[in-house]
Amino acid sequence: MTKLPVWADVVLVPLISLLLAGAISALVILGIGGSPWEALTTMVDGALGSPYAWGYTLYYATSFIFTGLAVTVAFHAAMFNIGGEGQAQLGGLGVALACLFIPWPHWSLALLGAATGAALFGAAWAMIPAWMQAKRGSHIVITTIMFNYIGAALIIYLLVYVLRPVGQMDPATANFPPSTHLPTLNQIPGLNLIFTKKVPANVSLFVALIACYLVWVLLWRTQLGYELRAFGKSQEAAKYAGISGTKIIMVSMLISGALAGLMSINNVMGESGRLLQNSSEGAGFIGIAVALMGRNHPVGVLLAAILFGFLYQGGAELGLWTSIPIELRTVVQGLVILFTGALDQMVRMMLGLVFRPARKLEAA
Amino acid sequence: MDYATLLQILDSTLRLATPLLLACLAGLYSERSGIFDIGLEGKMLAAAMATGAVAFYSGNVWVGALAGIGASLVFAVVHGLASITFRGNQLISGVALNFVASGITVLIAQAMFGQGGRTPPLDGAARFNPITLPFADALGTVPVLGPLYREVISGHTALVYVALAAVPLTWWVLYRTRYGLRLRAVGENPASVDTAGVSVARLRYSAVAITGILCGLAGAYMAAGLQAGFGREMTAGRGYIALAALIFANWLPWRALAATLLFGFLQALALRPDVIERTLQISIPVPALDALPYVLTIIVLFGFVGKPQPPRAGGEPYVKER
Repeated sequence: MTKLPVWADVVLVPLISLLLAGAISALVILGIGGSPWEALTTMVDGALGSPYAWGYTLYYATSFIFTGLAVTVAFHAAMFNIGGEGQAQLGGLGVALACLFIPWPHWSLALLGAATGAALFGAAWAMIPAWMQAKRGSHIVITTIMFNYIGAALIIYLLVYVLRPVGQMDPATANFPPSTHLPTLNQIPGLNLIFTKKVPANVSLFVALIACYLVWVLLWRTQLGYELRAFGKSQEAAKYAGISGTKIIMVSMLISGALAGLMSINNVMGESGRLLQNSSEGAGFIGIAVALMGRNHPVGVLLAAILFGFLYQGGAELGLWTSIPIELRTVVQGLVILFTGALDQMVRMMLGLVFRPARKLEAA
Repeated sequence: MDYATLLQILDSTLRLATPLLLACLAGLYSERSGIFDIGLEGKMLAAAMATGAVAFYSGNVWVGALAGIGASLVFAVVHGLASITFRGNQLISGVALNFVASGITVLIAQAMFGQGGRTPPLDGAARFNPITLPFADALGTVPVLGPLYREVISGHTALVYVALAAVPLTWWVLYRTRYGLRLRAVGENPASVDTAGVSVARLRYSAVAITGILCGLAGAYMAAGLQAGFGREMTAGRGYIALAALIFANWLPWRALAATLLFGFLQALALRPDVIERTLQISIPVPALDALPYVLTIIVLFGFVGKPQPPRAGGEPYVKER
């Protein structure tokens, strides 16, 4: 197989994967009697066509940055954390407890407190699977799937039997006090000139951007990051170099869980203002697609998160304005994961055919 | 708990355990050949949708089941391509196919029937109907065992008995046939199978295809046996419970039966919280019962009940030496 130039591997492979996923989605839309062009214009219009639309796209993107980074950090240590969903929901519990039971004087302090709670609870939910992988060799994928279900059941139990206020019917916590409400983009001086209508995107977006930077520093500018990546490349070589496998597995999964948990400051604290059932709404899983699409690099994750934010907001618009059901976005999400994560060799082989003649000419 | 209630719960245990058992055996073939399959859930879902749609149009449940098997096989082949031919990440492939199935079943059902992503209700010959085993009524008067035979063992749909028969059949195939020996070998040490001149890829594709067929049956049973028609996300995590059962069963066929019956029993109990409350004098919240199969699997993985021994070459794409 022809070895691809680095730029082709980094840029072309995800782009072609995306095109393949898009082409198949277009065929699916044709197959169910819709118009792919109409679908695309509806999505672009509804997700990117106005500042108001961007307010939603960026709101989804914020969540996906957190969960995408969570998957990325774990991936670099060769851990496939598909428990982001459960960790995010537990993170929501951390946010709810911090917001409900501590009287915060100002939203900025509340954000700090809630973020700490979210990260701690998310990390705690990743800890047992990490420990089982490190000490017992139980496969992290299996255990994190189990913990997703156990986490969802735990949250439902707490919402129905413990945290629900007396007299309230729906299983949810009480509304958080006003002092914990995060400013949305339309309430921030300067940005309110662009975002004139109320949008759900909030200051968590900036926390997400900081998280991107910190993850980059961690992975490529610290000793821990180096050890983590070395362990991910070759466990044997890392062990020989004196890197503790148990430590790397535990630390990478704890950071991963904390990042997944952190998404709850966006949706639970910033948007709904109370903890609901299934608060993460699949964002934990989208993190997988975002990380794969973003080639496990924070910059890639940021771009891929915006792409999926577009897909989510656009998909919702499709459900509103066309006969194409909202589930189309789940199909696209699955196809992107399939092509970037499992059929990437196929894409590389296809590209290899293109690059081979060019290489030969250079040699001659 | 009186005897009649116990029989009722055992009866629903058997009904609820059937899709788990079929999916668990499906996973067993794939994983024993060295191909991890997280995608049992998606294959069941695709099969359930195809069964619901085709059984409605044809009015014949068996034609529907064939369509279900076909749909499940399509997903199995894609999984095979990704994991065997293109040596991709088997776990990611399974996760991806679950998402595709979750979305596309609703899209197609909505496009075909326009009922919010469901297929129309099935009845008559478009459903699997209960089969009364011989002498069920005559033996029903025998004390203790008679009602057990009449209420629990007799009166299920065909696929329940197919699933039960698949257990000894799987045992026989795995441990008493040449194919089974090779299948187990390819999951433990594919290089040795390759050296013996047997195609690793062909063996693994055959295992993945069997997985597809069994998941197809599980999905068909969901849509036309357990319920009357397809609904969105109707498998509700059963593919993952089947995976848990497979670990619980340590990748052995008879233990798969025991594990799925146990998990089926838990599901049956979760439907009857009143019975638990009367029997144990305490009320167990329903979410706790829902989570119990997963908690039990975690406990097993912790090694309290003996160390699980997964197939050694599981998840590793096989690369021929050059």
